[in-house]
Amino acid sequence: MVQIDQIFQTLHMIDEEKLDVRTITMGISLFNCVCDDSRRLAARVYSRIAKQAENLVKVGEELEREFGVLIVNKRISVTPVSLITGAVNDPLPIARALDRAAHETGVDFIGGYSALVQKGMTEADKRLILSIPQALSETDLLCSSVNVASTRAGIDMDAIRLCGESIKTLAEKTKAKDGLGCAKLVIFANAVEDNPFMAGAFHGPGEGDCAVSVGVSGPGVVKRALEAVRGEPFDVVAETIKKTAFRVTRVGQLIAMEASKRLDVPFGIVDLSLAPTPAVGDSVAHILEEMGLEKCGTHGSTAALALLNDAVKKGGVMATSRVGGLSGAFIPLSEDIGMIEAAACGALTLDKLEAMTCVCSVGLDMIAIPGDTSAATISAIIADEAAIGVINNKTTAVRVIPAPGKKVGDFVEFGGLLGRAPVIPVHPFSSDTFIARGGHIPAPLHSLRN
Amino acid sequence: MTAISKAVVTVIGFDRKGIIARVSNVLYEGGINILEISQTIVDGFFNMLMIVDLSEPTCSFDELQDRLNQLGTEVGVQIRIQKSEIFEAMHQI
Repeated sequence: MVQIDQIFQTLHMIDEEKLDVRTITMGISLFNCVCDDSRRLAARVYSRIAKQAENLVKVGEELEREFGVLIVNKRISVTPVSLITGAVNDPLPIARALDRAAHETGVDFIGGYSALVQKGMTEADKRLILSIPQALSETDLLCSSVNVASTRAGIDMDAIRLCGESIKTLAEKTKAKDGLGCAKLVIFANAVEDNPFMAGAFHGPGEGDCAVSVGVSGPGVVKRALEAVRGEPFDVVAETIKKTAFRVTRVGQLIAMEASKRLDVPFGIVDLSLAPTPAVGDSVAHILEEMGLEKCGTHGSTAALALLNDAVKKGGVMATSRVGGLSGAFIPLSEDIGMIEAAACGALTLDKLEAMTCVCSVGLDMIAIPGDTSAATISAIIADEAAIGVINNKTTAVRVIPAPGKKVGDFVEFGGLLGRAPVIPVHPFSSDTFIARGGHIPAPLHSLRN
Repeated sequence: MTAISKAVVTVIGFDRKGIIARVSNVLYEGGINILEISQTIVDGFFNMLMIVDLSEPTCSFDELQDRLNQLGTEVGVQIRIQKSEIFEAMHQI
C-alpha cells in the first residue's frame, strides 16, 4: 500500500493543482452503416452510435465517483464521414444524425465530420468540405476536421483553398457567437487516427470496430513541481517534468483500462498530453514562465516548450501500455490563461506561435484573428502550418477564428473550456495569387523511406 | 490469492467531538473493515485518513459514498472515499 504522504500528494494534485482526466473518447467505426440511401444511412449511423455509446457517460461518471478524479469530457469519435457518404449526394443528414446521437448519449462532443484529402479529393470529400459551414452552424456538439497534407503525400493546395473559404463562411454563419463555429473545425497535416481530443478527433479507417481512449491533463501539477526546483539547471527541470508526467499518465492508464473493462470495448490509447483550460492554475504558458521567461512568447519560449513536450512524452511513455493520439503539450490560445495574458500584452504573436508549433503537440490552436482576414490569408496560414508538419514529420493543425466584426485588440468570448481570446494581427500583405495557383505541393524527399 | 479491494477515506475540516466515531459507524454499517487510521490536528484543523477494506460490503460503493457525504454535511466536514487503485497507480510501478 502507498504511504500516507503519497495519498496526500495525490489529493493535493486533484484539489489544488487541477489534475484531471480531460476526456474519455469512444471511437466508433461507421463502415457497417454504409448504404446508398441517405435517410437509411442517417438512421443506421444514429442507432449504431446510440447503442454502442449508451453507457459511456454513465461509466465515466461512475469512474469519477469511485476514483475521486474529475473526467471533464466524455466524447465520441467516428469514421470520417466522407468515407461513408460516397454513394449519397448530401452529407448533411449524417451531420444531423451525429448531433442527435451525441445528445441522446449525453456526451460533450462528437467528432468525425471529416475528410482525408492529403493526396486528392473525391466528390464525397468535396461535398463534405463545402457542407462544413452549414453542418457546424446548425448542430451543437458536432466537430469537424480535414486532413490536407501528410509527409508521405505532400500538401493538397486545392483542399487548402476550399478550407480557407469554408472557415470564412462558417465564421459568418455563426457571427452571433463571435464565429464560434470555427472552434469546432480543425485543418490538419499528418492527422492521427486515434486522437481523443476535440475538435480534431475521428476514428481512423485503420481502427477496429470500437475502442476507448483517454486524454490526460495536468499543467498545474507540472507547474507546481517546477516551483520546487527554481534556479536548478535544465537537466533537473526535464527530470522533474518526466516524473510528474509519469504520475499524471498513470491515472489516465487506470481510467482507460477500467473504462475499457466496464464498457466491454477494447482499450485504444492514452494520449500523453498536457491540455490547459482557461482556469487559473491550469496553464501551459505558466509552465514556460516558471522556467524563467517573463512572458510566454518571448525569446526562449520555443526551447522551453520543446523541453516540456519531450519530457512529457518520456515520462508518460512508461506509464501506459499503449501510447497514441497527439501526445504532447497543447498550446490553444483561448483555452490557456497564460497564453491569453501573453497575447493581450503583445508578448505572444502569431509568428511566434507558428514557431512554437514546430515543437508542440499540434499547431495553431484557438486563435482569434480579425474578422476582415481574407479566405486566402487563412488558406496561406494553413499552408505554412502544413509545411511545418510535412517537413518535420509531425502533426500540425490550424484552428483559427476570423471573428466577424472584430478588430485587433478586441476580445472574443467563447465560454466554458473554449475560453476567451484577444484578436491578434495577421500580416496585412496579400497571399491571394499564391493560393489561387491551386494544385499540389509534392511530398518532400524524406517521404521516400522504403 | 484474492486481491483485497481497498479504499481511502479522507476527512478534512474543523475538529469537533465524535468525528471518528461517526465515520467509523457508517463504515461499520456498510460492512467495511478499517485497516489503518492516521489523524493530525493542526490549529484546530482536523485531517484524518483511513484505509479500509471493501471486500465484504453490505451496500454498494455509491450508497456508502452517499452516506459519507450526508454525514459530512451534518458534521460540517468534507468526507471523501476513493478506491485505492488511483493512489497505487500514481505512486507504484
